[in-house]
Formats: sequence, C-alpha cells, structure tokens
Amino acid sequence: MRWSAVARSNCCAISSRAEPSLVSAPLASLPNGDTGAPNGLSIQFSEVEKRYGMRLALRGVTLAIAAGECVALVGHNGSGKTTLLKIAAQLTRPSRGNIAFYAGQNPISLEEVKSRVGMVGHHTLLYEELTAEENLIFFGKLFGLRNPADKARRALQPVGLAGRATDLVRTFSRGMRQRLSIARALLGSPGLLLLDEAGTGLDPEGQQWLGAATKRLRDSGCTILMSTHGRNETQGAVTRAIRLDVGKITHDSGAGGDPNEVLVMAAVRDTGEEGAS
Amino acid sequence: MNLARATGVILAKELRTEFRSRELLGTTVVFVLIVIVLFSFTFNPTSSESRRFGPGLLWLAFLFAGSLMLQSSFLREQTNDTLAALRLAPIEPFSILAGKMAANFLFLLLVELILLPVFAVLYNVAVLPVLGPLLLVFALGTVGLAATGTVFSAVAAQARLRELLLPLLLLPVLAPVLVASTEATIGILRDPSELSSVWLTFLACFDVVFLTAAWMVGEYLLEE
Amino acid sequence: MASEAQPGTASRAAISAPMVLVVFLLLAAASYGALIWAPTENTMGLVQRIFYFHVSCAWTGFVSFLLVFIGSVAYLRTRALKWDWLGVASAEVGVAFFTIVLVTGPIWAKPVWGIWWTWDARLTSSFLLWVLFVSYLILRTLVEEPERRAMVSAVFGIFAALDIPLVYFSIWWFRTQHPQPVIGDGGSLDPRMGWVLLLCWAAMLGVMSVLIRLRYRLEALRSEVDAYRIETARSGR
Repeated sequence: MRWSAVARSNCCAISSRAEPSLVSAPLASLPNGDTGAPNGLSIQFSEVEKRYGMRLALRGVTLAIAAGECVALVGHNGSGKTTLLKIAAQLTRPSRGNIAFYAGQNPISLEEVKSRVGMVGHHTLLYEELTAEENLIFFGKLFGLRNPADKARRALQPVGLAGRATDLVRTFSRGMRQRLSIARALLGSPGLLLLDEAGTGLDPEGQQWLGAATKRLRDSGCTILMSTHGRNETQGAVTRAIRLDVGKITHDSGAGGDPNEVLVMAAVRDTGEEGAS
Repeated sequence: MNLARATGVILAKELRTEFRSRELLGTTVVFVLIVIVLFSFTFNPTSSESRRFGPGLLWLAFLFAGSLMLQSSFLREQTNDTLAALRLAPIEPFSILAGKMAANFLFLLLVELILLPVFAVLYNVAVLPVLGPLLLVFALGTVGLAATGTVFSAVAAQARLRELLLPLLLLPVLAPVLVASTEATIGILRDPSELSSVWLTFLACFDVVFLTAAWMVGEYLLEE
Repeated sequence: MASEAQPGTASRAAISAPMVLVVFLLLAAASYGALIWAPTENTMGLVQRIFYFHVSCAWTGFVSFLLVFIGSVAYLRTRALKWDWLGVASAEVGVAFFTIVLVTGPIWAKPVWGIWWTWDARLTSSFLLWVLFVSYLILRTLVEEPERRAMVSAVFGIFAALDIPLVYFSIWWFRTQHPQPVIGDGGSLDPRMGWVLLLCWAAMLGVMSVLIRLRYRLEALRSEVDAYRIETARSGR
C-alpha cells in the first residue's frame, strides 16, 4: 500500500491536492514537558567573531541567553542573524571567541548539546526523494531517538501532514515543506530551538500555528532563539529582542525588559530603508 | 550515536534514495556500455587480443564512469542543504563520509557486475570459470575507487568547475589502481589462469592507506 | 581557530644576499663539475652529462613534494595559514623541477636511443607525479576563499603525497613484468660521477630553497594585505 502511495504521488501534480488544514493538536510532549520546570539550555557567547574570507559576519558578540528565554533576533539581511544561529547550531565554528552551553548550572559538552538542539534553517534540509515519514524516521534515527517510526508519525500530526506521510517531499508545496522542516526540528523534543525565519513560506494559518506553537514551547521551558523581520505572528511569544547590525549587537531589551521597543524599532527601520531604496 | 550505526543509517538512506529513482545507476551502466562498444572499434576483438587489451579498457571504463558517477555523492546534499541537516545530527562527521563510501562501493560494484557478462560476450572472453578471483579483484579495486572518489567528491563540491574537477583529481591518484587491477585481471583471464598475489596485496595496501587517510582527514572537508 | 598573518610575517621570510651567493656558487660549481670535470661516459658520450641535472632535479622534486605533505598535515593540525603557503610554494617549485625532468629525459633519450619517449618506470612515474601536482595547483585556482582553499588543498595534498610511493611501486613492478630499455641505466658509474651528482643535488636543493622562500614570501605578503583589510573592516564602518 505504501508502494502505491509513492507511485501515486509521482504522478499527481502538486496543485491537484488541497492544502490540509492545520489541526491544533497538542505538540509531542517535551521531557519534563508540562510540569513547567525549565529543561531548556542556556547559551553563553563570548567575544564571538566570524569571518568569511574578507567579510566579517559577526564582530565580538558577547551574549548570555538563559534557559527558557524566547529571544528574537532582528536586523537587516547580512546583519549576522543567520551566522549567530549557525554558530549556536554548531554548523560553523567561530573564527574567534567561543560558545558554551549549560543545562541548569552544569556545562554540557558540545557533542552532547547537538542531540538537544532543533533547527529550522533557510533551506528546508529535507530529502526530496524520500517521503515525509522517511525523512523524519531517518533524522530521528540519526538523533538517536528510540522508536523513530512512532515518533515520526506523531510529529506529523500537529503540522497537519499526517495524511501526506507516505508522499515524496518532491511533491510538496513550499508551505508543506516548511511545516515538515519544523516538524523535523521538534522531533527530538529539543531544549534549544533555533528558528531562522521559520515563518517563510507559511500561509497565514500556518503563521498563526507557528506563533501558538512557539508560545507553547516557551511555556514548557524550551529555550528559543529565532531570527525574524520583527513583524509576524511569533511576536507574542517573545520575551527578549536583540537587534544586530553589521555583526554587532546594537540593542538588547535584556532578560526582564520589554522586547516590543526593540521589535518596533526594527520594523520602523526596515520600512524606512525599504522606502528609501 | 556510534560510528557503525550512524554509517548504517546513512548507507540505508543512500540506497533507498538511489533505488527509488535508479537514474544514476542506469545512466552509469549505459555510459560504460558506450565506452566498451567504442573501444571495440579500436582493435580487432579476437580472443587473444581481447585478453590482452580488454581488461585495461574495462578498468578504464570503470574509472571514467566512477569519476562521473561519484560527483553526485556530495552534490546531492547541496539540494536543500541536506548536508547541514546531517551535520546537525549528533553523529561523528566521518560517518557521513563512511556511509557514502559504502553506498558508492555497492553502486559501482553493481555496475561492474552488470557489465561483466556484457564484456565477456562482446569481447569473447570466458569469465565464468574464473568468476571468484575476478570478483575479488573487482571488489579490491572498487574499494579504492569508492573511498578516494567519495572524498574527492566532497572536495570538488566546494570548488568551481566541479564536473571537470573530480576526474582531474581522481584519475591521476587512481593510476596505481588501474595498473594493478588491469594486470591482475589479465593474469586471471590468461590461459592458464594465474592470481597475482603481488597485485592483490598492492590493491589491499592502496585501500588501507586511503581509507585510513580518509578517516583521518576526511571530516575536515565537511566543515564550514 | 584560523589564524591571520601578523604584520611583519613576510619580512621574516625575505631572501638574504649571502644565501643567494651561496646558491649561486653551488650552481656554478655543480655546472663546472657536470659539464667539465666529470669524466665523459663511455657509451653515451657528452649527452650523458644531462643525467646529473635530470636525476638531481627529480630528487629535488621529491623533496618539494615531501614539503607539500608536511605543509598539508601541519595546516590541518594547526590551522595556521603559513603552512598552506609552504604547501603551494613547494608544489609550484616541485612541478617546475619535474618539468625539467620531463624535458631533459627526451633530450637525453633521443640521441642515445633514437626515440623521444619511452614508457620506462621512472619517466612514467615522473610524468604521473607531475600531473598529480598540476591537479593540486588547478584545484587551488578553483576555490576562492583562503581558509577553504587551504583546507581542500591540504586534504588533496595529503592524498597526492601518499600516492607517490604507490605510483612508483605499481609502475616499477609493471615494468619488471614487461621489461624494456631503461633510460637511466646502461652506463658505467665512475666514483667521480657520484660526487658530481651529489654536488648537483646540493645545488638544486639550494635553488629549491630560494624559490620556495620567494614564493612563500609572496603568499605571506598577500595574506598581510588581507589582514590589514580585515583589521580595517573590524574596527571601522
């Protein structure tokens, strides 16, 4: 039956299938999930600098992110947001300075951190020639999850892709791929979630879902670091906003402060720039 | 997750992806076929001539085909940046290379096995009586080809002109494999058949040296 | 961490006048020895004198490629770009020396054996080595970012260097199975010839050192310029 589903998806055009509506099902539970006890990781960036050839993407960034914070990174393209996220994901090493992770008071080794981090990047990070389910099972196995097949199926529910589990990702629309990408990031119940403009490609319903999901994750203690353009649905969940410009932090609303000031500032600046150019 | 398990998971994914579309396999088989046929125009394929020139041409065809086919190994991971997804996982970076090396070894060996009977028929060479030794040489030579080729595929993926670059890098380095495999194959197809321990040991050495080198330095290629 | 050139690195790699003088003298002595002092060989005559340069250039080429290997390994362990400079300098100089080997080979072969090229073990291996390190140099032109280029060059450099003994053995064993006239042998070796050969090798090593140093210095200078640009970018804007 799986074979025929795959064969079918090879023939059907993307547009012939209606976008399934999102079910607001509860997310896969996180460890210590609903007790409210923070299980999120905290991060310390110390004088982090990243150089790509001649270009300095980040210059001397020192930043401490506490467990359970939901931090929005705002700034123009090229300001260093993606680079900062990549360093947090350990996809790239800082040219200077370093990064350290902690669970509560205890430092965690960089290798161990990887299994507790989920990331949604600029690209979907998905294999086109595999089905949605196969993609999740594959990554689940690599992350060392027990019972990956079961977890994969359950992860497809909240993003509304349960009905397309056995279809090749190649047949998915942009929005569906993005949702699958998010499901993949959440698969291992991460203590640190990195979102690089995760709302891109999602329709308004999807954006709303993402906003609600972010809030729920934050409430259950997960640390979230996300790059946004400052004007979207996930704003409600944000506890702290940091503005980056040409690789440096220009504004930080701080751990207890009001993130909206920074978010509004970013929006105005962006609009101003767009108007001027 | 330990190295062997991670390698196994990645190997399974590579196999599944390739066998779903089978395009790479099919194209490579046809390419080697074309090369074999073209080569047959360059000399008179009588039985004795074939036994002298055939193995060399066969191995040349395998090397050319390999250097074309191995490109996609890492190029594939640039679609949707899936290489980043692999590097995000808590696995040893070498397991990514190892999984792909194993997959490429199997693909190339499969291509060689498909083409062996074709070669035997077109060039009038009797391979069945010496199938065992032949397979041994094929396996040893292909390990060298797959190991080096996978590493260089990762190298070429970071450069321009990668379609031309991979053969440029791979073929000179594999020259010893060409010499050894060809000579060993000629020896096996000779009448009476002889299995050269020197060439077999040499191939094994080549494989060990480059697998070790790949293990020690390969993962640096995956960094950003 | 990737390191950048500190200002002043290049000047430390400068060529000193005494060094150039010594190498010049060595070359002069070697040339005298090879062309005049050494006895004329019985069977091949004057043409045989090219052997001193042919062989010493080959040995020097090997040393250069060994330096490529050292530079490659050192770069991967320390990530200090200066090892990459050593790598590219040694590779270019090695290719130059092997070009001399490939040119002097036929010049020697034609008068003696009547053919320009024989696929004898040493010449074939030299050719393959030459191709291998030309590939190394081509690879470098196709990667722009300095750290990435250093990385991929180091990995390929290691593979290429490890391949050298395998190339030599495989071709040598092939030749013992399928023998044919060899360019290098066939003459008598007077002890004086041995001394001249060593002298030539010393001279060639001297030339190699000067050339590598010059080329290294060029890379160091380029990197210093880049370092100033980065420093400006870091503090300014």
